[in-house]
Amino acid sequence: MAQPVPFLEDFDAVLPGAGTGWLDRLRADAQEAFRKSGLPTPRTEAWKYTNLRRLARTGFVAAEANQTTEVTTVPEGIVALEDAYVAVFVNGRFAPSLSSLDGLSEGVEATSLAAKLSADRTSLEGQFSDVTDLPMATLNTGLLSDGLYLKLDDGVALDKPLHLVSIGTAGEEPVSFHPRHLIVAGAGSVATIVESHVGSGAYFSNSVSEVSVGDGAVLNHYKLQNEGPEAYHLAANLVRIADRAVYDNFVLQVGGNLARNEIRSELGERVECRLNGAYLACGEQHIDNTTFIDHAAPNSSSREVYKGVLDENARGVFQGKILVRQDSQKTDGHQLNKTLLLSPGTEIDTKPELEIYADDVQCSHGATTGELEEEPLFYLRARGIDPQTARGMLVAAFVGEALDEIQAEAPRAAFQAVVDDWLESRSERQG
Amino acid sequence: MSLIEIRDLHATVDGKEILKGIDLTIEAGEVHAIMGPNGSGKSTLSYVLAGRDGYEVTSGQVLFDGEDLLEMEADERARSGLFLAFQYPVEIPGVATTTFLKTAVNAVREHRGEGALDAMQFLKFVREKAGALNINDDMLRRALNVGFSGGEKKRNEVLQMAVLEPKFAVLDETDSGLDIDALKIVADGVNALRGAERGMLVITHYQRLLDYIVPDHVHILAGGKIIQSGDKTLALELEEKGYASFVGAEAA
Repeated sequence: MAQPVPFLEDFDAVLPGAGTGWLDRLRADAQEAFRKSGLPTPRTEAWKYTNLRRLARTGFVAAEANQTTEVTTVPEGIVALEDAYVAVFVNGRFAPSLSSLDGLSEGVEATSLAAKLSADRTSLEGQFSDVTDLPMATLNTGLLSDGLYLKLDDGVALDKPLHLVSIGTAGEEPVSFHPRHLIVAGAGSVATIVESHVGSGAYFSNSVSEVSVGDGAVLNHYKLQNEGPEAYHLAANLVRIADRAVYDNFVLQVGGNLARNEIRSELGERVECRLNGAYLACGEQHIDNTTFIDHAAPNSSSREVYKGVLDENARGVFQGKILVRQDSQKTDGHQLNKTLLLSPGTEIDTKPELEIYADDVQCSHGATTGELEEEPLFYLRARGIDPQTARGMLVAAFVGEALDEIQAEAPRAAFQAVVDDWLESRSERQG
Repeated sequence: MSLIEIRDLHATVDGKEILKGIDLTIEAGEVHAIMGPNGSGKSTLSYVLAGRDGYEVTSGQVLFDGEDLLEMEADERARSGLFLAFQYPVEIPGVATTTFLKTAVNAVREHRGEGALDAMQFLKFVREKAGALNINDDMLRRALNVGFSGGEKKRNEVLQMAVLEPKFAVLDETDSGLDIDALKIVADGVNALRGAERGMLVITHYQRLLDYIVPDHVHILAGGKIIQSGDKTLALELEEKGYASFVGAEAA
């Protein structure tokens, strides 16, 4: 007898746009592929350090079949942005009553993907990437239903950030959902997108974001993963950056029981690509950051700084690969991963990888792991600062170096506040 | 009651005895200098007094204002009014000098029951002290000691002493790495802090510093012990004859 396939076995909800030929085929092919591959296991190199065994054992029910929980307010823990367009998703479904997308300028389309798929059966054909080598993204395609659809016409500048808020919520039954976000920034467009992922209860968010940064566009894209303590969060971000574009990405992961954020970026010519991030974890949390930077054309630069702080029994994973193809001369690629281990129960697996086929490039990578150094700690204490405050200052300084990479000022301050909160609650736990 | 009273102090580092019975008493208002060759135990003495981990006191006693100094943690000692100017000030990326100074000043003020300074009060307070040491706002904004020149680091140490207003300060080779102009600025800063209520212990290898910070008493440290004490002329004598003659005399 065949093993039941998680997430697909009893799935009988009618998905948006069903009956559209290309869409039905896309989903069916992806479902078929996922039936074959199943959930990734540590036997796969890409999933060597992040084990989905516990996720597989949890009997998640599709959010489509479980609509008992209602959310009437946006919970705390999101990025605090003074002024932004807000698109809220509850268990992966667009929540118009919690969103505010009024006043978007001409040339900007921001809507729910489900609405788009139901109303307009042709325009999205061919817009979804082939993700067959990513089993979880393949599952996402198989159940593709809702998410943010954002399109900026050529030359449009978004006048304030767009804040994507994902709220996960589960009652007694664990719930799973598979949001698909599609972001298309036209040539020469300028925008800042901020994501907040929060929630409560046992839920599993398996999202895929496809981002296309047009020729000469500037896209700031900052994400806070602050899921509830019982949550699973797996996210694949597929980013195509066209010639002369600037992509400034930052990922701050502090929440979830198990979380993995994967970024795959493909760079055109004369691109500036910045993938930075920080992860702060305690308790039994497991946080994974996996990135792939594909220098597919010459004269581009990539910069990557990831800094982590692990406490108690937390586990961190960093896998960062940079590929420089043969014709990608004059590539400038730098990667750094530093992790601070605050207690003996913590563990970090860090795997930097450089694969270079061009001969005229400047590339470097480095990874360090360690405890707080005694010397600066003593220096602070010798000035009357108590050890707990002194440690807090040094940890904040350590993470601060990553936060400094965020190019947009207001989001940087908002992310700093999240880090400060985390550090404060840590020192309270110890207090 | 003396400001600080060190009695038969023995200390080890990595199991090796470095201080082998130091006796030294300093009264409020006095400046003492300790001179000694490399390896004599000068820096160990300063770290033992400041309470650094890894410097283990095996016997002896230190009374600070009548209190048992060795019972206190490093930060308690600092809040109680002991200050160590580091020979090698530590660079701390990501911590702005002002933030550091404010945290330290308020920790010490709260200990004294004076109440914390708010941001504006603190800025006014620190600017007054910084100006005299030729430290500008730009330096205060920068990360603590990061990219500071040797002279800037030492001036920053003196600034910290000025804002923390300790009862007793240990200056560990404050002259090292300074050219003569920088040395003068630092020495002027230190001299401005001399006062009837404050004691200082100036640790140095060379007599040069003592031309600028003139001590009341001079001690020669060798082999983990004070082998000779005198007034400021002892430093000049030492400069003339060299350590060998003094250390040799002790060994003989």
